[in-house]
Amino acid sequence: MSFGHKHILGIEQLSREDIFYILDTAESFKEINTREIKKVPTLRGKTIINLFFEASTRTRTSFEIAGKRLSADTINISASSSSVVKGETLEDTARNIEAMHPDIIVMRHGASGAPHYLAERLDCSVVNAGDGAHEHPSQALLDLFTMREKKGRLEGLEVAIVGDITHSRVARSNLYALTRVGARVRLSGPGTMLPPGIDRLGATVCDSLEAAVEGADVVMMLRIQLERQSRGGPLLPSLREYSRFYGLTPEKLKLARPDALVMHPGPMNRGVEIASSVADGPQNVILDQVENGVAVRMALLYLVAGGEAPANE
Amino acid sequence: MPEKTTVILNQSGIERALTRIAHEILERNKGTEDLVLVGIRAGGDHLAAELARRIAVIEGEKIGLGAIDITMYRDDIGSRGSLPVGRTDIPFDIDDKKVVLVDDVLFTGRTIRAAMDAIIDLGRPRNIQLAVLVDRGHRELPIRPDYVGRNVPTAREEDIEVEFDANHQPREVRLIKH
Repeated sequence: MSFGHKHILGIEQLSREDIFYILDTAESFKEINTREIKKVPTLRGKTIINLFFEASTRTRTSFEIAGKRLSADTINISASSSSVVKGETLEDTARNIEAMHPDIIVMRHGASGAPHYLAERLDCSVVNAGDGAHEHPSQALLDLFTMREKKGRLEGLEVAIVGDITHSRVARSNLYALTRVGARVRLSGPGTMLPPGIDRLGATVCDSLEAAVEGADVVMMLRIQLERQSRGGPLLPSLREYSRFYGLTPEKLKLARPDALVMHPGPMNRGVEIASSVADGPQNVILDQVENGVAVRMALLYLVAGGEAPANE
Repeated sequence: MPEKTTVILNQSGIERALTRIAHEILERNKGTEDLVLVGIRAGGDHLAAELARRIAVIEGEKIGLGAIDITMYRDDIGSRGSLPVGRTDIPFDIDDKKVVLVDDVLFTGRTIRAAMDAIIDLGRPRNIQLAVLVDRGHRELPIRPDYVGRNVPTAREEDIEVEFDANHQPREVRLIKH
């Protein structure tokens, strides 16, 4: 098959076949990252702009390394240095950037749907690097890549995702991706952090961390995003209470399968959602996630660079 | 217009050609010292495995065998889109090795250029040689094979197909006129 997408806006747009095609392509790119000369000329002459309206080190660096390893010219623009702080609209920013003829824009924005807005208006490819509480497709794909690498399969895996589901684009993208490839997803978090009706997307909602973790093949802990909670008042009585009920400790991890993987999209709040001993324990694959992120993002950049936009995209 | 297919090498013809190439490689390199074979996916890797097997029978020594995928080194992503990327698997250090690149059909030379770029990114071989089963002409780059199974002058619009069976054994080479 070939890849028919010009943009990567969310997992929601990708079929099961698309997801496996991306993961298989990433396998080939992973080999490059272990070479002495970590560079191939695949995207030579292409320009990639990393347009980050929200703070990010990990994702932006990962996309930047991915672009550079494919020999593309990568330029980073962050909100603090852009004209957004001077009052420019997103559309004007986009038009100005387009006048510089980039081939791909990698975009992170605090508003859900911002990359879609850009994709509709610009000729170049747009890759969503996280939009509000909506989607974070490259994170979900690198999570799936890591699960498949460590477990040898995705179908039938029991994956527990624990934390602030409402504000988590990682949880939403993972939920779409995992259910599409035949894994089963259990969600757990305080009632104030579980969006009503999320079970209609194919997840099982568990009323405690213990119920979610029991017998799981993968336990994915989410970061408590304190910065997102100030808007509508606190959703937690205290971090201490959250940690007691929803923090992953060695004792609670014992409820999962003995070979269960511990994942976290980072950055971690040690001692809040995850105990340090678990974060550094033998079951954690958190740094594998970071390493695989580069290969997955190389695959995404490569595929959109040669992808065509179907009529409905 | 209906297609017209002509068999230009049958299985025994292919086997004779590969045996001859194996002898020529050994003759030219004076044995197997520092000699490695790298097949270009997909097709050249199966032929490289066959050549390695013959060299092992002739010399009684196994030589390094690798496979290279050149998709990431192609120069036509703009016109052909992103093709599926395969795996490069070279399980030895290629520094100071005599590398024989193996492909099934030599046409414009662009695949070989890409393969040489890919090899040079992996290390610094002493030299690179080229073995092909069929040379069909129409070079667009100054590339010349060192070992050729069969020269087949073709028209641009004709195709050469090398068929392998389920065990990756070469079965037939066909010329297809459209």
